[in-house]
Amino acid sequence: MKDSRTTGSLLLEKVAHGYNGLQVVHEVNLAVQPGELVVLVGPSGCGKTTLLNLLSGFLTPVSGTVRTEGLVRTVYQQDGLFPWLTVGENIGMGLRGVKDKGRQERELRELLELIHLGQFRDHYPHQLSGGMRQRVELARVVAGDSDILLMDEPFSALDYQTRIRMRQELVQLLEKRPRTVVFVTHDIEEAVVLADRVLVLSQRPTRIVRELVIQAPRPRNPTDDVVVGATRVILEELGLQVHR
Amino acid sequence: MKKVIPGLLVFIVALFIWWLACRTGVFPAYALPSPGQVLLSFKEEFKAGRLVNDVVASLWRVFVGYYVAALLAIPLGLWLGRQPRVRNALLPMLNFFRFLSPLAWIPFAILWFHIGDKPAFFLIFMSTFFPLVLTVMAAVATIPSIYFRVAHDYKYTGWELLTKVTFPAVLPQLITGLRVTYGIAWVVIVAAEMVGCQDGLGYGIWEARNGLRLDSAVCYMIVIGLIGMGIDRILYQFTKLSNVRWGYER
Repeated sequence: MKDSRTTGSLLLEKVAHGYNGLQVVHEVNLAVQPGELVVLVGPSGCGKTTLLNLLSGFLTPVSGTVRTEGLVRTVYQQDGLFPWLTVGENIGMGLRGVKDKGRQERELRELLELIHLGQFRDHYPHQLSGGMRQRVELARVVAGDSDILLMDEPFSALDYQTRIRMRQELVQLLEKRPRTVVFVTHDIEEAVVLADRVLVLSQRPTRIVRELVIQAPRPRNPTDDVVVGATRVILEELGLQVHR
Repeated sequence: MKKVIPGLLVFIVALFIWWLACRTGVFPAYALPSPGQVLLSFKEEFKAGRLVNDVVASLWRVFVGYYVAALLAIPLGLWLGRQPRVRNALLPMLNFFRFLSPLAWIPFAILWFHIGDKPAFFLIFMSTFFPLVLTVMAAVATIPSIYFRVAHDYKYTGWELLTKVTFPAVLPQLITGLRVTYGIAWVVIVAAEMVGCQDGLGYGIWEARNGLRLDSAVCYMIVIGLIGMGIDRILYQFTKLSNVRWGYER
């Protein structure tokens, strides 16, 4: 169990990628420090997911290098849980590397408590709401010895209020189980509420057009001054701010 | 109880129509036995012990032929589903044999295996193996790729990937496939026994026809239908397993 020290780090150097001559990612440089929460935000179809697939090693870049140090796991938009396993068994997947059975059981219980699903251990994913399912996903990725979490719009299939709650849950979970996180979203508010550092991506071919460090402590509210200020900067950058 | 009543009502109406058809004499009595005659014939067949013997013979043949087919078809389907190139190479041939009526094999079955259990085993195998391979293969090929990406994240490889990801992912479709192909097997056994065997439910009907004892034939038809339904009910119980419910409730 890694509670105090995080070791995962990520490095992209001049990474470019494309499909059939269509350039999707254009020379991206990015270094993510251990324990840092970096959010990539950009319009849909801009190549965010491609970038994440490059980070996870699912895709190999056409040029440039990707270096990751540590065990990488991904949270997908939805339906990443195995439907034939119960909540407990799904989270147990994350504990496969833990050899001691007693410790496995202890950690599983602790995680179920952390996501407030203690009563749902023997339920199957199709018996849960969308928000509950994503909470199980979160518990699964932080279980055991993961170092780096990649999140591909994990809350985008949820309604607004559930989304706000899920951000709070994620912050709490990371408080207890610090991890290095790269979070991809099109939701600017989400980016600003969660991130240590927001990277604003351009339209395809993707480049990083703006970097924004947000130092305010978490948890943050969408109405906090820092959040509102940062949101304004990003809207401006994306050309979405209306001038009256 | 409420669920049973409509079905029972339909059964009674059907029985009545049968009885009415006999009374009005649409067909001559030797060509359409009445419910009463069939009941008497049931008594006779049970006393002689022939019916029970035929049921056991048919069940045994279906069991062996189907068991061997499933034992080979399921692993082959699981493997082919993940091998697009081999799959594409074999698909036309598998489809060809699927559409070839198993009854077309009867001449070969008899010449190769003579009369007895073996031609029936062979015909059951030929009728269920190909559809079952195709079902499993298609189910594997359509597993959402996200499951394999997740499996990769959590270090499932080789045998573990097969038994803990691929197999449970297709299990709901596999159960449906087993129910459908079992239905084929039960239909084919009747035809197979008419020509290839000296006993069994199919042979019983053939005998009844030769002796112009259609009351006995109807007896056999009722037994065939009921056993077919009964075994399907048993297979249906598998769909109630908690780790396959997801496949039927979405």
